[in-house]
Amino acid sequence: MSEERVGFFTDTSVCIGCKACEVACKEWNAVPEDGLSLTAMSYDNTQALGASTWRHVAFIEQPRPDGRTRLPVVEGGSTAQETPVGGDGELRWLMSSDVCKHCTHAACLDVCPTGSLFRTEFGTVVVQEDICNGCGYCVPACPYGVIEQRPHDGRAFKCTMCYDRLGAGQEPACAKACPTESIQFGPLDELRERAALRVDQLHEAGVPEARLYGHDPDDGVGGDGAFFLLLDEPEVYGLPPDPVVTTRDLPAMWKHAGAAALSLLGGVAACFVATAGRGRR
Amino acid sequence: MSVIQNARRGRRRRGEQPVVPRAEFRSYYGRPVIKKPSWEATDIAGYFFLGGLAGAGSVLAAGAHLTGRTTTATALKVSSLTAVSLSAAALVHDLGKPSRFANMLRVFKPTSPMSMGSWLLGAYGPAAGVAAASAVTGRLPRLGGVATGAAALLGPAVATYTGVLAADTAVPAWHGAHRELPYLFAASATAAASGMALVAGPTGENLPARCAAGLAAVADTAMEKAAERRLGMVAETWKEGRAGTLLRTARALTIGGAVAAALFGDRRPVAVTSGLALLAASACTRFGVFAAGVASAEDPKYTVVPQRERLEERTSEGTS
Repeated sequence: MSEERVGFFTDTSVCIGCKACEVACKEWNAVPEDGLSLTAMSYDNTQALGASTWRHVAFIEQPRPDGRTRLPVVEGGSTAQETPVGGDGELRWLMSSDVCKHCTHAACLDVCPTGSLFRTEFGTVVVQEDICNGCGYCVPACPYGVIEQRPHDGRAFKCTMCYDRLGAGQEPACAKACPTESIQFGPLDELRERAALRVDQLHEAGVPEARLYGHDPDDGVGGDGAFFLLLDEPEVYGLPPDPVVTTRDLPAMWKHAGAAALSLLGGVAACFVATAGRGRR
Repeated sequence: MSVIQNARRGRRRRGEQPVVPRAEFRSYYGRPVIKKPSWEATDIAGYFFLGGLAGAGSVLAAGAHLTGRTTTATALKVSSLTAVSLSAAALVHDLGKPSRFANMLRVFKPTSPMSMGSWLLGAYGPAAGVAAASAVTGRLPRLGGVATGAAALLGPAVATYTGVLAADTAVPAWHGAHRELPYLFAASATAAASGMALVAGPTGENLPARCAAGLAAVADTAMEKAAERRLGMVAETWKEGRAGTLLRTARALTIGGAVAAALFGDRRPVAVTSGLALLAASACTRFGVFAAGVASAEDPKYTVVPQRERLEERTSEGTS
């Protein structure tokens, strides 16, 4: 890595679900349209990350925890996210802009047989379109379900963290377009410090459910280059609660494959030895 | 658990009493967390089967070659060459554009089982080809012998690395069984190859194949059980739906074929029938494991519940 590692900190507590990030991403990266459908999943008609969706805003409607009436993000004022509507049984709306995590230990990159997926000088993970041969191995390897093959093309596509913009000293299109600074871009170390402060601030303000996700360099993927502040369990947002890079177990798998191959060889050889001189005309 | 709109209960299936309560879990509108493999079952599960048949077939062929069972040796060498050629065709077909295959040999990458497999096939394929060509034509017997030996040494790797290929993903039904899959695939490959030897070889030469079939059936059944134990609640995906049907069929065919071959394999009709049963069993095992993987990727339960349990275990260890 010749440059400082950069990343995203997505603070979902201030996401207003405007989807400007989705639009900016599509526009800047010329990502093709991938179907228009109404899903009845709140305001989410994008559904999931995929080959042609590199930012996805999730919308979750759920009962407000502990009868709390408002999220005191701004003292004395209501926030865009939780406007009190009065009475019991109130719902709250969680919104979160999901993106490729640019893992420290990236399974997609590890399993790619062509070297198409590579680690950039910014510490991000990018697919080279002219090298990808459409084998599709990265797709089930990703513990977050991010990367996908584009239909009728077969090659895999995902967020590049706007590699072209980073090279020109610009921030990624989604972060640039975000009107509430829910998507923050910057050096990863700095973002982690900022995120820790933000969680403390929310805890002090009476939002005990605020927690970071993907920030820990000791987690199963070595920490995410794009991490989040969430207000509920990760699986509620469609994120895996304890993702692990599948190649962590690869040395053990190769050992078992070797032992299995030797067992095959030994087992068949034993059959020839055991039947030697018998049953032949 | 409070009524949460996006929470989803594990589905109950008709006529089944769960031993443990169905896991409660939460998800985003029941949508999968990971993406399922986009591979065609015919291409990739078909390749798992054919690669196993070829690889284990080369080992049996070498044994037959060394012990003077010439007819069986030649038949297995031809079947291995055919199977590995069809494997390559299936793999190229799955890429969509054949010209893309060249990029597979662009790097040598031990962290990618698919890269290692490509190189392995690149070495094994020609060896199997030379072995078969020499056996059929009778030319260059010395080179044929060397190629037979090389194919027999590389063949077991071809048969077992596919277990790693599947397990090295986030697919719960595959990754969870990453210790068992290579052994299961080795057993299944041996069943297929001994089945081929029973079908294609004369009864006078088939005693080692009958022995191998028995051994394979024992190992196959044991490894499948071990995998299911290891998988915990994810084992549902091996037992239910299309995967369950295929794997149950595979077990019946494996045991039936192996018992018939071991006891009455000296009779030609029994040898052929049991051989075909073993070949079909191996195909069912591969397609069954493939289907289980897809089913486990499609339902967020199999991603969320085991990870949640792992987290809770770690938390309780941390606090106690």
